[in-house]
Amino acid sequence: MNIKKHVKVGLSALALSVSMHSVAAEDPIKVGILHSLSGTMAISESTLKDTMLMLIEKQNEAGGVLGRQLEPVVVDPASNWPLFAEKARELLEKEEVDVIFGNWTSVSRKSVLPVVEELNGLLFYPVQYEGEESSENVFYTGAAPNQQAIPAVDYLMNDIGVERWVLAGTDYVYPRTTNKILETYLKDKGVAADDIMINYTPFGHSNWQSIVSDIKKFGSAGKKTAVVSTINGDANVPFYRELGNQGIDAADIPVVAFSVGEQELSGIDTGPLVGHLAAWNYFMSVDADANYDFIDAWVDYTGKEDAVTNDPMEAHYIGFNMYIEAVKKAGTADVDAVKDAIIGVAVPNLTGGYATMMPNHHITKPVLIGEIQDNGQFSVVWETPSTVAGDAWSDFLPDSKDLISDWRKPLECGNFNVVTGTCGGKADVASN
Amino acid sequence: MGIIRWLSQLLLVWFLFAPGLVSAQVEDSEAQQLLTQLAESSFAAKKDVINQIAGSGDERARGWLEAFAANKLGRIESSGDFIIVLKNRGRNWTVASALTGENLGELSRRDIDTIRVNNSLRNELEGILSVIDLKSPDKGKRLSAARALKGSVDGSLAERLPELIEAEESGSVQAALTEALAIYQVEELGDVAAVAVLSGSLNSEARAALQQATRSDDPQLVSAAKIALKSIEQKLKLNRAAETLYFGLSLGSVLVLAAIGLAITFGVMGVINMAHGELIMLGAYTTWGMQQLLPGQPGLALILSIPAGFLVAAMAGIAIERSVIQHLKGRPLETLLATFGISLILQQLVRTVISPLNRTVVTPDWMSGSVMINEALSLTLNRMYVIGFALVVFAGLMLIMRKTRLGLEVRAVTQNRAMARSMGIRATRVDILTFGLGSGVAGLAGVALSQITNVGPNLGQSYIIDSFMVVVFGGVGNLWGTLLAGLSLGTINQLLEPWAGAVLAKIMVLVLIILFIQKRPRGLFPQKGRAAEG
Repeated sequence: MNIKKHVKVGLSALALSVSMHSVAAEDPIKVGILHSLSGTMAISESTLKDTMLMLIEKQNEAGGVLGRQLEPVVVDPASNWPLFAEKARELLEKEEVDVIFGNWTSVSRKSVLPVVEELNGLLFYPVQYEGEESSENVFYTGAAPNQQAIPAVDYLMNDIGVERWVLAGTDYVYPRTTNKILETYLKDKGVAADDIMINYTPFGHSNWQSIVSDIKKFGSAGKKTAVVSTINGDANVPFYRELGNQGIDAADIPVVAFSVGEQELSGIDTGPLVGHLAAWNYFMSVDADANYDFIDAWVDYTGKEDAVTNDPMEAHYIGFNMYIEAVKKAGTADVDAVKDAIIGVAVPNLTGGYATMMPNHHITKPVLIGEIQDNGQFSVVWETPSTVAGDAWSDFLPDSKDLISDWRKPLECGNFNVVTGTCGGKADVASN
Repeated sequence: MGIIRWLSQLLLVWFLFAPGLVSAQVEDSEAQQLLTQLAESSFAAKKDVINQIAGSGDERARGWLEAFAANKLGRIESSGDFIIVLKNRGRNWTVASALTGENLGELSRRDIDTIRVNNSLRNELEGILSVIDLKSPDKGKRLSAARALKGSVDGSLAERLPELIEAEESGSVQAALTEALAIYQVEELGDVAAVAVLSGSLNSEARAALQQATRSDDPQLVSAAKIALKSIEQKLKLNRAAETLYFGLSLGSVLVLAAIGLAITFGVMGVINMAHGELIMLGAYTTWGMQQLLPGQPGLALILSIPAGFLVAAMAGIAIERSVIQHLKGRPLETLLATFGISLILQQLVRTVISPLNRTVVTPDWMSGSVMINEALSLTLNRMYVIGFALVVFAGLMLIMRKTRLGLEVRAVTQNRAMARSMGIRATRVDILTFGLGSGVAGLAGVALSQITNVGPNLGQSYIIDSFMVVVFGGVGNLWGTLLAGLSLGTINQLLEPWAGAVLAKIMVLVLIILFIQKRPRGLFPQKGRAAEG
């Protein structure tokens, strides 16, 4: 690994020296990559590190940006939340990176947030999250709840006719907040409290027997039932296996998941799971040339014919290209200039459309619902007619429904209360 | 649209019961037209098209519908020809022509447009295909088709069903069909006589039909349905109790498997081995490795990994004992820290050498699925095998400890080391063998766990705490205690989980153990006599 890295650094140095002939020698733009390479989250995050390295390599082959090369700086926060903050500090203070791409879990983002704000860095966060946050220094390229959870519930309610709901999740901030939003939303739509069952399980839960049996029992009351799953990480594999073993068919009780993608499914035989659903903004099976090109590049980069792509990878693809465009627009990699320049930047996404950076630092995304196929892929059965802009503050929580975020001058506020007309309508933005 | 649908259904029924026409083929142009319609309609309109296809009388129709249900019917983007996908993994798919059946070789995914299917269409297709299957000469096929019909019988089929039931020779198929018909009669016609058929049925569709009947206007129907539901509820309660017990035993057996190796190294030898979980992990990875060596034979690989997993973990255990633990004899705190370090090293080693990602361990066919006791109670097979395996491992260990020379020496050395040595027992050798045995059993646990949980670098971590809990609760040094503690903790956990939730149930079990240890510090089965004092 180390040798490889040395070679890589050597090569990029070589590339740099070659390019010196044409362009005045400038320091490379340093791109910090803050993804866990060890510990529990390595399963999801290490792929994102490779995605970033691939994107940077491609950009450098194409001549870098503003005549400058990009230089990746990889650190390993080891799935340890406080270590994320330390590593972010190291990236910004010691390595003096121009931008950071990183984090997966919300708790790690919350840990990095004060550091990035204090040292005025830039962070691109690529994973779907619970919302209720807006920082001047963070760009959220994953889905907010209104770009994933709410449309998925609408689909189940209107197209499938679901009347009874199981909200199952892992016990931490993202599922709890998302389920709170969904519960309010469902009740607003006239669903009785009796028809909602909420269940939380610890990280890495592996004994799903009685919970799955409970769901089965809950679903046999004569009303169409669906499970909305915010179960995270590798607990999904035994969960789906148990569903298959207990014979819960997607036609009877469909499960719609917000954290299960191609990567998670690559660990299981999806034969018994055909028809269960997932809501994302990208699927590997999407029929678009940009997507096929991306898959080809990824397969070539990893050297594995069966390598899969997923939604957070697309988010990094979009985030990275937006950053490049913003640097070009600003003519510099200076943080404040890029921050202002990036709002309104539109780049192609992988589903054949465009993603635009909104003033609230969230992006526009199409919402897709896919059904699991026997080859571990999803087949899209429904999509929003146009892209949806991410909403930082949910309209379905009493605390946040009056808040908006707009980082353009002159407002420059992440939590502007439209009722009282003041910035800082909620005591602290970043402590959930 | 309604008339077309009605006509096509009539056509379908007519086609099904007119066997002389089955081997017909429609003109290719007509087939092409039907498939084009299927490809270009919305999901709602596709429903009519599949009924038309089923009713076309074409012998290829079944193949098309089956492929469509599996999302394997598609067309080539450039030429518009219809194809059936044979292999749909990777970037190039193998396809065959839908019309001629000719194998067209590999095509890039970019050129293939699959015709999209969704859950409700798949459901509709299942109904259509099972109606076709009712005519199959294979009894098993007929039975599963009849079962699938429950809750999806419609008017035209209901008229034909009595005739089919009459003609059916197998009793179980007959019963299933009668029930399917009765569900339709109760649900759609409010037929009081049919309620009697459903009384005592454990099928969820039957229950749903009865529940709907209790809300009807006919008082006779309501009271009949209520009585039928009551008898069902009674039966269900019993089944649920049996199910919970099974869940408890299966979780318990997992705990026993994970803890029993520790019961030897920690319980008998007194070594606090924090790397025990990683030895389990090694066993699980051995299973994965075996399956990589024997591709296509997951069952054989799994059986071979039982001895292999034992050996790998035992070797690793002995290496740990020789290199670290023996130098720290009598210093439990340092052993704890050192073995904790080893556990981290092993984890990262697996992460760097193999992969940080979880590995897929295939479950052989004979271990997946479940055994259906009745329609409300089915026992998952993989768990059943694990329960059996745990008992066999326990019995084997008991035999070794009680009936062999090694067992005798182990007991002698642990009870009084100096005395045993003076009797000519080589205590160091016994130490090595005991630790190897305990570690090997951890490897066995790993082989079993690979079938029910994720095989990844963190596998061991999630079991180490539970293992210590079981050993301490059962009484250190007592194998029977470990067995009983594992099974009872598993059952208590599963009893609490439905009403307390998974997180709270875990906490409650932990509190329970703490309280218990306060009262009885030496666990369920404390060791008695002088050995216990030392």
